[in-house]
Amino acid sequence: MTSHRIIDLVESEGVDLSRRRFLTVSAAVGGGLLIGFRAGPSIGAADAAQSAASPPFTPNAFVRIESDGQIVLTMPYVEMGQGTYTSIPMLIAEELEVDLKQVRLKHAPPDEKLYANPLLGVQATGNSNAIRGAWQPLRQAGATARLMLVSAAAKRWNVDAVSCRAEKGEVIHAASGRRLKYGALVADAAKLPLPAPESVTLKQVGHFKLIGTPAKRLDTPAKVNGTAVYGIDARPPGVKFATLAQSPVFGGRVKSVDDAKAKAVKGVRQIVRLDDAVAVVADHMGAAKKGLAALTIEWDDGPHAKLSTQDIAAELEKATLQPGVVAQNVGDADKALASAVTRVEATYLVPFLAHATMEPMNCTVHVRKDGCEIWVGNQAIARCQAAAAKITGLPLEKVVLHNHLIGGGFGRRLESDGVARAVQIAMQVEGPVKVVWTREEDIQHDMYRPCFFDRLSAGLDDKGMPVAWNHRFAGSSIIARWAPPLFVNGLDPDTTEGAIDLTYSLPNLHVEYLQVEPPGIPTAFWRSVGPSHNVFVTESLIDELAAAAKQDPVTYRRALLDKAPRAKAVLELAAQKAGWGKPLPQGVGRGVSVQFVFATYLAQVAEVEVSKDGAVRVRRVVCAVDCGTVVNPDTVRAQIQSAVIFGITAALHGQITLKGGRVEQSNFHDYRMLRMNEAPVIEVYIVNSTELPGGMGEAGTSAIVPAVTNAIYAATGTRVRKLPVADQAKRV
Amino acid sequence: MPHTLTINGTARSVDVDDDTALLWVLRDVLGMTGTKFGCGVALCGACTIHIDGKPVRSCITPISAVVGKRITTIEAIGATPAGKKIQRAWIELEVPQCGYCQSGQIMSAAALLAAKPKPSDADIDTAMSGNICRCGTYARIREGIKRAAHVTSDKKGA
Repeated sequence: MTSHRIIDLVESEGVDLSRRRFLTVSAAVGGGLLIGFRAGPSIGAADAAQSAASPPFTPNAFVRIESDGQIVLTMPYVEMGQGTYTSIPMLIAEELEVDLKQVRLKHAPPDEKLYANPLLGVQATGNSNAIRGAWQPLRQAGATARLMLVSAAAKRWNVDAVSCRAEKGEVIHAASGRRLKYGALVADAAKLPLPAPESVTLKQVGHFKLIGTPAKRLDTPAKVNGTAVYGIDARPPGVKFATLAQSPVFGGRVKSVDDAKAKAVKGVRQIVRLDDAVAVVADHMGAAKKGLAALTIEWDDGPHAKLSTQDIAAELEKATLQPGVVAQNVGDADKALASAVTRVEATYLVPFLAHATMEPMNCTVHVRKDGCEIWVGNQAIARCQAAAAKITGLPLEKVVLHNHLIGGGFGRRLESDGVARAVQIAMQVEGPVKVVWTREEDIQHDMYRPCFFDRLSAGLDDKGMPVAWNHRFAGSSIIARWAPPLFVNGLDPDTTEGAIDLTYSLPNLHVEYLQVEPPGIPTAFWRSVGPSHNVFVTESLIDELAAAAKQDPVTYRRALLDKAPRAKAVLELAAQKAGWGKPLPQGVGRGVSVQFVFATYLAQVAEVEVSKDGAVRVRRVVCAVDCGTVVNPDTVRAQIQSAVIFGITAALHGQITLKGGRVEQSNFHDYRMLRMNEAPVIEVYIVNSTELPGGMGEAGTSAIVPAVTNAIYAATGTRVRKLPVADQAKRV
Repeated sequence: MPHTLTINGTARSVDVDDDTALLWVLRDVLGMTGTKFGCGVALCGACTIHIDGKPVRSCITPISAVVGKRITTIEAIGATPAGKKIQRAWIELEVPQCGYCQSGQIMSAAALLAAKPKPSDADIDTAMSGNICRCGTYARIREGIKRAAHVTSDKKGA
């Protein structure tokens, strides 16, 4: 068992701005990348020479090479299980010409300028686009550093740089047999001018040593022996432990608190009262929980005291009777529908969903007069820093944030509400305090995947093929709150993804969206976000059309994919590997889905068994994926396996309901997770491709939901138009 | 009142209420953070530890119930033959993703392997169904147990 700590959690002290040149990356209009360089505040050889110790070589914000040869890569994306702490280093190491074993990783500090995802424009790990965002700039970062190290060696040997090459952390001059380790070249390389970006050439596909070859995950050893440090494991000296009760109704307030009994609990130190929450600070979480249970809190429920999810769904349904904002229009769907031979109409409803990350929400904060220090695992730490600065009134640079491994993100930790809450509490506490939410608090005060209502109508011609497709849906826009500039004219790219960009050839397509925010209920990104809703609806409807046309679901889809060869290829591969068409026993059915979301093509075939009492068991899932160039193949497999389980959980059981303004679910007994004995066999087939990489973290979740419900239809004749499946599959 | 506990072979003294869950003693009082908090009511298995070699959910185990017993945590499971095999298999098959539940998964799996050196799929279902993995690593956990037990698989994915 290795005890080597690859992930250096100590190194999050910030960036040394004095001697660093930045590789600047920004999003270009239209989604492309602009890559350039800019100098740091005071830079240059003179500055480096003044330093007593030999300074590390830091050609950009991602690479640092110490004079002892230690290579430190700064990770702008956070590790939450998706393998980014292996695949991102692979991109840098590929071009830097070092072994993964030679590198140490450090979490990037909050810095929107240095560490923004070029595709999002903010420092965030989400939307399955770490690899897509990093693909060009981080290879460029590695190549730039390598080029400078080679130049430094060539200069020292007085040879032409083109006669030298880099390999395994050394520069080699083959003709003379001379070689120098990177560490020995650090001082010289730091004095060189930064090469122009256009002079840095990246390796061509086919020359990769690391990319495309399975790499052992760098974070695994620490995750099997208890040494991996998540936010919840942070222990600054003198830390106290707190847990909290927030208003059970969103928007409610604390009316009164009787804390006499709580204060008598051994180990309880302090009761912190906020406007809308009460926290108990103690020597350990056990005492804090006991103290919390001993509190008598009277709440003023506020305006949402009568809110129910039934009312919200009814509101959304009503909204879809009116026209929405046109999100997509091809041809004339109404006209085509009027002359269609067959007409299919359907409505769909998807529920609110909680994230239920295994690591409950938590954050450790130490507020001092002159600064604030935060320990947390978060997908968007610059936002957390900004939130803390706002609450404390401190300048941004006085808020130091240490990021950590994340025990499940799924979009929950793109939000800073947990940090804000902990800072509010910490402002009343002397010394550092770790605020940990109970599971009940975590589920009942999540920010939820929105509920959506969809109204659709489609028309078929005399051969059963679709000539008209009308889709109107209503629900929350997360982007409108999270990134307002991206919400333009009532539309955003996430809420509509998977609804407006279908892979099928549909001559007349019309899609409308209505932003309807549920009162009081905070909504947020959730694994596969927009597609988690849209792909369920569209892949269900196409299945309905195939059924109306009395055609096989795979054959029907394939006929509509002539203009989408990559989609067609994954469909055919999945169908073939799944044995599509082979006979199945009574009560067992196969369902299929095809999608192009997160820049990845994915087809899935689910094999589902429905018992007489309606219990649904997913037996087998076959996945065919074309995600372009693969960086770490085993991670692609792992992400699909993971996303499939996540999606089945939601499809079969997932729903958050409100009654009297209160979330009815509270823990894993009523917010069920798929378990070992229920997990299907999952097969993943990867299509060889040299296209640009696509996203892999979320695609599997949106694809599996309709594959499962379509399989239930095949097995029982019951069309599931409302999630979760729950007991709808009862056979009659 | 003070209690003396034997954790990973070492005697540790803690002064907390009798009914304090062992989980908080390990994590907060003693700083042994390898054992994880997931649900607090024995529904998820993230806090699994061994008491005299048997898997137990530490979040509902009062410390008064474990005085004088042998407590083993993830930090020391690698010193047991079964634990070592499980950890090795977990690395070989890249089982963890976010990894948060894996301490509990490994503790459950190590206990299974110690009790049943050649577990069947049904044995694995029984022993492991109390451990939730939100990342859905179940197939690899199953494979990992079989790898550690040197049994060939009849239920696998690719």
